[in-house]
Amino acid sequence: MKDTTLRINGEERKLSADTRTTLLDALRNHLGLTGSKKGCDHGQCGACTVMVNGRRINSCLTLACMHDGDEITTVEGLGEPGDLSPLQAAFVKHDGFQCGYCTSGQICSATAMLEEIKDNWPSNVSGSLTGEAKLTLKEISERMSGNLCRCAAYPNIVDAIREAAEASS
Amino acid sequence: MRPFDYYRSNDPADAVEAASEKGALFIAGGTNLLDLMKLDLMTPNRLIDINRIGLDEITPSDDGGLFIGTLVTNSDCAADMRIRQDYEVLSRAILAGASGQLRNKATTGGNLCQRTRCYYFYDPDMPCNKRKPGSGCSAVGGANRIHAILGASDECIATYPGDMAVAMAALDAQVVIEGQGGDIRTVPVRDFHRLPGDQPDKDNILRPGELITHVTLPPPARGRHIYRKVRDRASYAFALVSIAAVVEMDAGKIASASLAFGGLAHKPWHDPEIDDLLIGEAPSDALFDKAADILLADANGQGGNDFKIPLARRTLKAVLREATGERS
Ligand SMILES: Cc1cc2nc3c(=O)[nH]c(=O)nc-3n(C[C@H](O)[C@H](O)[C@H](O)COP(=O)(O)OP(=O)(O)OC[C@H]3O[C@@H](n4cnc5c(N)ncnc54)[C@H](O)[C@@H]3O)c2cc1C
Ligand code: SF4
Ligand code: FES
Ligand code: FES
Repeated sequence: MKDTTLRINGEERKLSADTRTTLLDALRNHLGLTGSKKGCDHGQCGACTVMVNGRRINSCLTLACMHDGDEITTVEGLGEPGDLSPLQAAFVKHDGFQCGYCTSGQICSATAMLEEIKDNWPSNVSGSLTGEAKLTLKEISERMSGNLCRCAAYPNIVDAIREAAEASS
Repeated sequence: MRPFDYYRSNDPADAVEAASEKGALFIAGGTNLLDLMKLDLMTPNRLIDINRIGLDEITPSDDGGLFIGTLVTNSDCAADMRIRQDYEVLSRAILAGASGQLRNKATTGGNLCQRTRCYYFYDPDMPCNKRKPGSGCSAVGGANRIHAILGASDECIATYPGDMAVAMAALDAQVVIEGQGGDIRTVPVRDFHRLPGDQPDKDNILRPGELITHVTLPPPARGRHIYRKVRDRASYAFALVSIAAVVEMDAGKIASASLAFGGLAHKPWHDPEIDDLLIGEAPSDALFDKAADILLADANGQGGNDFKIPLARRTLKAVLREATGERS
């Protein structure tokens, strides 16, 4: 057993759990935050995406005890009914889902991805590595490739991300 | 997953000391190790968390190159302006790998040490000499689409799956390793991974408990930097064939060339004969074919991966055309 303190969505949460507990299992099974989903549990689908210290990661491939003192943001921390984040609202407007299982991962991932664009990180499809990062269809698809959608709602997901990005810039 | 003790280290020497215990392993990003531990394919009894030992910066070296600390994440390395400008092939290779989420966690040392994606290595119910020495190799005569065409042995035909190290091999980067009592040794990336031979359980030359502290890049290599990765889908997939190339042209001739290949062998493949053939020559289709002849002289298909032989030739020719052609 290991005691760990996490700051989750701005709130300090204490956890006492087996060292084997992944961050995803800690969130879902120990802390009652079931917004983050478990798809593959092996880093292959992105359903478990959360932000740690502002960066998106797969919470299934990290241990909760490795994150003592870290700032975790889950989909619950981005907004709630009546007070949705711009991306959450855009997903609703554009119908960026069918079953909804991948959606919280998509939204957490896209939220952090837009920050990566603001920081001018390049991607595999960027023509120049030193130019300005642009939010084209190709760039969104590449940068979001770590989030699979079994229902293939991809066109609407891209539309939602594009609209939220344009609204914020 | 088997139970283990967790120890967080705050200092490289302390981490090395802690890892001297039998059954201990370092954990960095955890994106490969935890994947394997969940399937009981790796069963450390103690994890040494090295995320807070420092070594997370890219700093200049005395000779005009760069030190990349082992805990520099793949994202930070690829986005570093010095890497983007002077070592484009490395940024490109990293960005061609995994996903945004994984690159945020994946570290330099962890990426070098990532294990093969051979299907049977991942299946505890199947014989695999890498996982269980002496049990046999299920990929020989089995499903082997992703397997090696160069340097394989009867015991193991797995490939090293990574991208970053292929670019580092083309750049002739060095791995700096710390052992017990502050012992430091430096090994070229080209010699860090090994061929399987009769010891396929050993992926690389690290001894138990040794810590990778840095990767050193030599001073910037001029010329065109290209990383071409051929895979089953456009993103978030491992390479079938990949090529890292740094090629400089002068007055219509190839002034310098350094090439390395991924997806073909148990290690990033580098053949100095290919570089030597190209240097001083004017680019031509015949020359590029000769380069491919050298690369593939001892190539051996296993059935499912036979296609990699012509694919490697075509990819090499395409890369050389791009590297030596007019800039668009
Ligand atoms: C779905 C998926 C897709 C992927 N696609 C790609 C891809 O296309 N291309 C690609 O290149 N990679 C790919 N990867 C692999 C990914 O890049 C690796 O998992 C990652 O780089 C490993 O780094 P890490 O820091 O998480 O290592 P960890 O999992 O923490 O460690 C891996 C190994 O390295 C050892 N280790 C770590 N640091 C050190 C050190 N400093 N000294 C000594 N030993 C050390 C650990 O003990 C462990 O045995 C993919 C992974 C997944 C899950
Ligand atoms: S190729 Fe290597 S890793 Fe794959 S089954 Fe054979 S021995 Fe195991
Ligand atoms: S559940 Fe984590 S990536 Fe699929
Ligand atoms: S909406 Fe069903 S998986 Fe994406």
